[in-house]
Amino acid sequence: MTREIIIQALISGLLMGFIYALVAAGLSLIFGLMEIVNFAHGEFMMLSMYTTFWLYTLFGLDPLLSIPICIVLLFVIGVVTHYGIIRHILDAPMLVQITATFGLAIFLRSLAQFLWSADYQVIDDPIVSGRIEIWGIYLGLPQVVASAGCLLAFGFLYYFVNRTETGIALQATAQDREAAGLMGIQTNRMFALGWGIGASCVGVAGALISSYYMVFPDVGIIFALLAYVTVAMGGFGSLIGALIAGIAIGLIEAAGAILVSPAFKYGIIFLCYLAVVLLRPKGLFGRF
Amino acid sequence: MLSIRNLEVSYGDYQVIRGVSMEVYVGEIVALLGPNGAGKSTILNSISGLQSAQAGVIEFDGVHIESMPSHKIVRLRLAHILERRRVFPYLTVYQNLWLGGYNPTVRDERKRNLERVYELFPKLRERETQLAHSMSGGEQQMLALGRGLMADPKLLMVDEPLLGLAPSVARHTIEVLKQINQKGVTILFIEQNVQTAMSLAHRGYVLESGKVVIEGTSSELLNSGEIKRVFLGG
Repeated sequence: MTREIIIQALISGLLMGFIYALVAAGLSLIFGLMEIVNFAHGEFMMLSMYTTFWLYTLFGLDPLLSIPICIVLLFVIGVVTHYGIIRHILDAPMLVQITATFGLAIFLRSLAQFLWSADYQVIDDPIVSGRIEIWGIYLGLPQVVASAGCLLAFGFLYYFVNRTETGIALQATAQDREAAGLMGIQTNRMFALGWGIGASCVGVAGALISSYYMVFPDVGIIFALLAYVTVAMGGFGSLIGALIAGIAIGLIEAAGAILVSPAFKYGIIFLCYLAVVLLRPKGLFGRF
Repeated sequence: MLSIRNLEVSYGDYQVIRGVSMEVYVGEIVALLGPNGAGKSTILNSISGLQSAQAGVIEFDGVHIESMPSHKIVRLRLAHILERRRVFPYLTVYQNLWLGGYNPTVRDERKRNLERVYELFPKLRERETQLAHSMSGGEQQMLALGRGLMADPKLLMVDEPLLGLAPSVARHTIEVLKQINQKGVTILFIEQNVQTAMSLAHRGYVLESGKVVIEGTSSELLNSGEIKRVFLGG
């Protein structure tokens, strides 16, 4: 095995890591805010991918151009999910909360299958295609663009949460709901905003990877599964944790695939995950 | 300024406040006393909208607030500082204070109010960039008070401001509360220790099992035989 192959695999893993990081950041934001795990996170991503696919198929809109549409659409889906479902189960037992978002996931997956069939769809001719060569390493251009886009979106999210007043109010709500209310913060609106932003994260990721990833009703499952692992590894509620753990998982996946076997790559990820939670249960950057 | 009539609050089937009526007049410092579980915090929580009441009227500055959400009540310049400070642990001192002035009534006066808070608590200015959870209990109490004052309150409600403070820090906190009051802020606070409470308050209400059992001026309460029964039993 040559050095180039290993470097190439690791860079691909790094690129994949940025995508995992953004998906996990959305999940982590919602959990940090209200301690509810959105089990429909992957299905939100699937909706974004189908939106991109249909905009391309029906109107010839390139995946890159559907990013803003997916951001807005997923934001709305997130907000509607909050007001329609989550708001009513905020103080319900954990099992009810799990069942609610898990039920939503199954509903959305079945709906996609009903409406658009279980077939794999591809966007066959996106603007961004082909591959580029840097220092003898070949990378697919769609992958590079998707990862750069996800990293950029992550940067925006980080800036919003840490540097804007609304972002600070969002953090305050996450840290102490009652005290935030006493400051004049409308916590219910903050929750809705958190759901909107959390869903928008997969809106961006879904639109970006559609140009090279197949679209089908179950496509979100593996991304969501990896996102749960990422969030748990990085620490619940921590954006930086999601970034670091997302990159780590991308790298572990790539390294596992070439050093051991592609068939074991997820197994290796889950082994590393087990090691982290055994040694440091609150995750790398967790507060809980 | 604040008028409560026949307040009743229940947690599920269990009634914790059974018809409480009390008054706080402009400029006063009023203490809410009573043993653990008497319902003191519940009363403050009902006033600030964190806890909904089953019956009764709460009137602040002529406005009925018994069914108003907390984010609206603070706009009327009624600030509530929760038990155990409850500062935002992973935000900086500055961010905590800035959020204290989040509500639209005082939003435009934030800079001025922040200067006032820094004048009262110079230490907070030095600690501006420090995360709130890394400060000592006394400093966190200063921050919680400062954050409350950022809402430029007419009435400041403080739940056990002296809890867990070293005696010297507690004495300082009492002095600070007196200063705040001298600047025109009416104060309603909770305290377990009768002597300490009466060194600060003009008047007090003693609560037992969700009812007001004694009320009066500080000297009346200190000389009351009834108060010993409430606190010591028998």
